[in-house]
Amino acid sequence: MSEGGAGMRIDHPHVGVTTAFLGMPTFQQAAKESLNDPVQRRNLAHATGVIREKRAAVVGELDNWEELRRAAEAIKNRALFSLDDYLMEFEERAAAAGATVHWARDAAEANRIVVDLARAKQAREVVKVKSMATQEIELNEALQAAGIDAWETDLAELIVQLGDDWPSHILVPAIHRNRSEVREIFLRQMKKVGRPAPEDLTDDPPRLAEAARLHLREKFLRADFAVSGANFAIAETGSLVVVESEGNGRMCLSLPKTLVSVVGIEKILPTWRDLEVMLQVLPRSSTGERENPYTSIWTGNAEGDGPQDVHIVLLDNGRTEVLADEVGRAALRCIRCSACLNVCPVYERAGGHAYGSVYPGPIGAVLTPQLRGTSSEVDQSLPYASSLCGACFDACPVRIDIPSLLVHLRTRVVDEHRGGVPRPEAVAMKAAGWMFADHRRYEVAERLATSGGKALRSPLFGRREVLRQLPPPLNAWSGARDVPVPPPESFRSWWKRTEGGRHEPRCAPHSSTETPSGQRTSSRSRSTEGE
Amino acid sequence: MNAREEILGRVRLALADRPGSPEIDWEYGRPVSTGGLGLVERFAERVADYHAEVEMLDREDIGPAIAAALGDARHVVGDRTLRESWPSGAELEWLDASDLTSAELDQVDAVVTTATIGIANTGTIVLDHGRGQGRRAASLVPDVHVCLISADQIVSDVPEAVARIIELGAQTHPLTWISGPSATSDIELSRVEGVHGPRTLRVIVVR
Repeated sequence: MSEGGAGMRIDHPHVGVTTAFLGMPTFQQAAKESLNDPVQRRNLAHATGVIREKRAAVVGELDNWEELRRAAEAIKNRALFSLDDYLMEFEERAAAAGATVHWARDAAEANRIVVDLARAKQAREVVKVKSMATQEIELNEALQAAGIDAWETDLAELIVQLGDDWPSHILVPAIHRNRSEVREIFLRQMKKVGRPAPEDLTDDPPRLAEAARLHLREKFLRADFAVSGANFAIAETGSLVVVESEGNGRMCLSLPKTLVSVVGIEKILPTWRDLEVMLQVLPRSSTGERENPYTSIWTGNAEGDGPQDVHIVLLDNGRTEVLADEVGRAALRCIRCSACLNVCPVYERAGGHAYGSVYPGPIGAVLTPQLRGTSSEVDQSLPYASSLCGACFDACPVRIDIPSLLVHLRTRVVDEHRGGVPRPEAVAMKAAGWMFADHRRYEVAERLATSGGKALRSPLFGRREVLRQLPPPLNAWSGARDVPVPPPESFRSWWKRTEGGRHEPRCAPHSSTETPSGQRTSSRSRSTEGE
Repeated sequence: MNAREEILGRVRLALADRPGSPEIDWEYGRPVSTGGLGLVERFAERVADYHAEVEMLDREDIGPAIAAALGDARHVVGDRTLRESWPSGAELEWLDASDLTSAELDQVDAVVTTATIGIANTGTIVLDHGRGQGRRAASLVPDVHVCLISADQIVSDVPEAVARIIELGAQTHPLTWISGPSATSDIELSRVEGVHGPRTLRVIVVR
């Protein structure tokens, strides 16, 4: 079996935070496509439903959950607000314990450091622990370009890599795939890059997990070079922490001779004892477990145990820009638990790929445009990828007020367009402002709307209750949403006619479409139909 | 300017508004218990909840219990400290992990270790890979892990465990927190026990 250099072909769009970012359709366009994928929607609705229940159960058994969230928030803020001091402390302690600390301004620099280290060790392949930071910098692509194979060892990352796909969830990157798709990918692809999947493989999850165990074990036992990220970096001791479930992390962290960990500078915790808060909130928020199966903590190198050549790459890649925004910096508290994805009604329906980034969901909508800037179409659209319902804030273990950050970023996107060609939203808002400014104008507009609504609800137009498409410039709104047909009578004229309901029979004989309350029954968006 | 200086400079510039260091309203190390059971019973219940096997035994029953937990295993990893403190009495070929390569570790049937701390609320065992436990790979590569822990090593909660680790000076040792056997929920979020780590975890609590 030849494995040298060829690796997996990677032809998905650049969804990292790199200069190679080539642009993606806006969230609203991409979401529309994914809404038409019933398999993905079913997979997502099932998966997020399961994990929401698990999380609720383990959070509910603690009576100090809110206290823990506030402590986690304060710990991360303390680290961020003196980040320069803590980074230097971390560097000093890690170096004293035997690690070599590198600094990388951006993705390209980080990739260069890792590639150079791998070349110096003459590594032909590296085994990888699931890491958002290395996804973000597109390290696998950089290694591949240097003729070095990078093997993802987390089960979901393996599914994504073998399927030439890209992740759609922070914790469960292959959440959009169901068991029969996974079986097909394993049967088709494993033989191309190593030990083939058993021929009699079924789509039973334990059999699929076993196939991954067999396929990856030869890689673990053979590999000399591993790459990881870290969940936490502790300034006081120079320790790194990796939280995982499968044991692939432990394999990578303890079997190879060389270990390189790429760590975002925002991963710092001031003290070792801060772990007592973080190791309670992270597993409960993430997998819905009291504690995840395996947590590894290491400090430099340990004599006679694990990799002796230990490197840490401290990565900026836009984080200092986020830190400079007094409001936006709250997003740097994120511990990548993905609780916000699992509770988000928009994520559940649109799926992770629509966000055009390795960071999907509500946190992605605030993190990606801040890290990547708001010059591309997709990044401008991300702050609007939300209904601002606030479920993400309630679920966030470090209390990031994502709805407020979204509004803050919307302001930024709008401000950046000032002076240029006005966007359709701006035109519509201006028109709306003119109309609402004078009650007479408003009443005229309302009468026009209700008479239009009456016509549309008539048999002539097939008794329509929902408009799929509005004329320009309002199609900017209806492109990703359905608009209820205006009711035949507005609330104001109903109030006037019945003197506030006094002349209305108690049980209205007419159907809901003939009263203003009809708005309620027709305002369900298409995306919730059939569920 | 090198990358280090430039990043630190950017951080200082970003914090030009000088946000104050926030108070952390949290009493460190304070145990919080969940559930009504006693410490050891709660530990056992939570370990079992992850589908690990757990039993509570008196000291004199440990030898036979180790032999029973190992079942058909013949090649077993366990260091000298472990073998001398807990003689199993069974006919086994004991191996020391420090003599074995990763590939050789892959050929053994099971591993027996002690533990440093047990956490009742979360059903977690913490190894610091000192004597009795062996290097990290030893308790990872074999498919069966038998772990001995004495009742007085069990603490109530994560904060108490963190305080105890600091008290023991073990915070800079390599540490592995183990909560049940290796598992994944990566396929449709349905939990499967046993991926890369030991697929069987047997915890024996010594009263």
